[in-house]
Amino acid sequence: MIDSHPPLARLKRQIEALSPPLGDGHRGRASLGLSALDARLGGGIAKGAVHEVLPCTAEDGASAAAFALMLAARISGPAGKILWIATDAQLRRGGQPYGPGLRGLGLDPDQLILVTAPDDLACLKAASDSLACAGLAAVIIEAGETKRLDLTASRRLALAAERSGVTALLLRPGESVIASAAASRWQVASAPSVLLPGQAPGHPMLSLSLVRHRGGARPFDMMVEWNNDDRSFCEPTLLRGVSSPVERRQLAA
Amino acid sequence: MFLPLLSADNWLREHPRQLGPRAFVDRAQGAMRIIAVDEIAEALGLTPGMALADARARVPELDSVPYDPQADAQLLDRLADACDRFTPSVALDSPDGLILDITGCAHLWDGESGLVTALATLLVRQGMTLRLALADTPDQARALARHGGELLRAGRRIRPSQINDVRPVYDGVGTGDMLTQNPEPMGIEALSVRALGLGEDRTTALHRAGLVTLGDLATRPRAPLAARFGADAVTRLARLLGEEDVRITPRRTPPALTCARRFAEPVARTDFIHAALHALAADAGAELARRGQGGRVFAVQLFRSDGARHRLQIETGQATRDPDLVMRLLGERIETLSDPLDPGFGYDLIRLDIAVAEPLAATQPGLDGRGDGAQALSLLTDRLSVRLGAGRVRRFAAGDSHIPECAGFTVPAGRPVLPLAEHAAPAGEPPLRPVRMLDPPQIVDVIAEVPDGPPRRFRWRRQTHDITAFEGPERIAAEWWKRRDGAGLTRDYYRVEDSAGRRFWMFRHGLYGAEKTSPDWYLHGLFG
Repeated sequence: MIDSHPPLARLKRQIEALSPPLGDGHRGRASLGLSALDARLGGGIAKGAVHEVLPCTAEDGASAAAFALMLAARISGPAGKILWIATDAQLRRGGQPYGPGLRGLGLDPDQLILVTAPDDLACLKAASDSLACAGLAAVIIEAGETKRLDLTASRRLALAAERSGVTALLLRPGESVIASAAASRWQVASAPSVLLPGQAPGHPMLSLSLVRHRGGARPFDMMVEWNNDDRSFCEPTLLRGVSSPVERRQLAA
Repeated sequence: MFLPLLSADNWLREHPRQLGPRAFVDRAQGAMRIIAVDEIAEALGLTPGMALADARARVPELDSVPYDPQADAQLLDRLADACDRFTPSVALDSPDGLILDITGCAHLWDGESGLVTALATLLVRQGMTLRLALADTPDQARALARHGGELLRAGRRIRPSQINDVRPVYDGVGTGDMLTQNPEPMGIEALSVRALGLGEDRTTALHRAGLVTLGDLATRPRAPLAARFGADAVTRLARLLGEEDVRITPRRTPPALTCARRFAEPVARTDFIHAALHALAADAGAELARRGQGGRVFAVQLFRSDGARHRLQIETGQATRDPDLVMRLLGERIETLSDPLDPGFGYDLIRLDIAVAEPLAATQPGLDGRGDGAQALSLLTDRLSVRLGAGRVRRFAAGDSHIPECAGFTVPAGRPVLPLAEHAAPAGEPPLRPVRMLDPPQIVDVIAEVPDGPPRRFRWRRQTHDITAFEGPERIAAEWWKRRDGAGLTRDYYRVEDSAGRRFWMFRHGLYGAEKTSPDWYLHGLFG
């Protein structure tokens, strides 16, 4: 009804012509390796856009960081370069990225460059510079809870990402609800893994919820497991078809 | 260059017009002893090494000041910086001398006499008392400066004839102009045997043998000398006579390429300085292109007319000779200075040294007009390294160690790392190492069923975590072979998961019973 109103429709068209489409995936989409997830996102995660990753609670910070790394691994492929920019305060609190652990997730540590910034402002400056660098596949930005990262700043990051095709993954602490120009916002929590024989903790299991999406995907919750050999998300083992004891014996043989 | 009154001159720079007699004292051999004296005290017969009490008895009005070797060393360092404008290779002759290798630099100062006059004028204006000598080898120059010649002092005119010079005179050779002005150059042969620096005993022995000057020694056969006064006496003699030439070790390695611009009138305007720097970078780039090289480390030195010197250095990840790129990085560097460049009365010399150069072949840009991705990335890391500091842009390296924090660490991105064999986990394994490591490990309260068993529950950051699954222990022993006593606590690592599904990496520090009675628990890493 409103669209049919001539002046309003004209204004809308003008605005659309002025602003480049944000995060609609015209830079392409990276498949997440799990068809159920890709289908809900319209083909995968948009490249050349900003995606926000938030931990559900403060204790889920490591899972949120791991999810950002997994997304970066999907986007970059086996050789693309990833830049991780973090402030000193965040690294002190959340822990330093650890090379052998990255390899455990299936990432090659040589793909990653770590930049530590003394404060949030330097972190964002470095982030906007690196988003302009076409030699990168993805940039993980881990800034503190800062007022500087408002709508204007995130829009600037989104435009820089759009121009160069570099994907920005914004790790925000806590349950921040600041408005942003991000293409999608994810909330990540750890979930109990499917235990290995001998009650050993299994593969990384994450409980994801898509909170908002610019491409129009409906919010949803999903449990996913990360397969570090294939570098891809997969359905949790429990939800897969259970093999019969006979089959398992055959597999073991 | 010898600065005999360095301490006194330094003190006078701080406290002008407070004349001595003054002695700089420090506690040595159980008494306060004189380390250095000023000119007046020296004239009154006080010498270093004398006890302060004896000196007071002789000169009651003696002013004693605590000796500050650090301040003197700093002054000497600053003087060496100031001398960088004459030659890139300056060596400290601690505690009170400098050696400059001016090979190939004299023509920039209208010959050696011009350089020496400029050097002496600069330092005397700074209030230093010094003795200069010019010789073929560093050892000769050092001996001449320390054991002969005239002192150059503030308030006197500097004449080239005051400089010792022992080089042979060639008639009609242009560079000999100073030597012709020097009526009786003091030869190295005329120096006392003290110049050998053999210590009091052997010097006295030489005197007793009737050998007073180096000239007396020069004509004698060396073997008996070595037998009587030690082999080092002969070595030192050979060095002083110029038979053996030992080069100096400069404070900074001489750069691969140097471009400099001197200004008749000091420049203070920023845009002018930038233009000069750009021109220098372009000159250097052209020369590097001719050599087929590119610079990795660029150092800019700005010499202020009052002797102060500013030094800026940038490094690039890939060799380059593009002046615009160098200027961009320099601009970043200048922006990050904690105290901005203060041109004061202006710079009269700006120099660009390319400290490290590497082969760089000409490259052809892609036809699509877009840059190379790797090159763009290296430009980015250079910019971030210059802005944030090289230690803040890092890449991951692997260490050959079992200790987790030594097995994976980060190094500055510009530094090459040795590629290490990849320890791939067997397929189907979950990650065995955490994504994030707490540095240092954080101590946690743990409840375990048995002291040497797995943890059941722990408390971290005021949260209690109930452990539902664990794997371990993975026992990692301390590196006992690296320690003399072989001590060090074994760590038992557990991979645990709590009821909410969070995965942690924690360890017990010390084997229960064997190494420790109540071992502590630490949280070391967080899994995704």
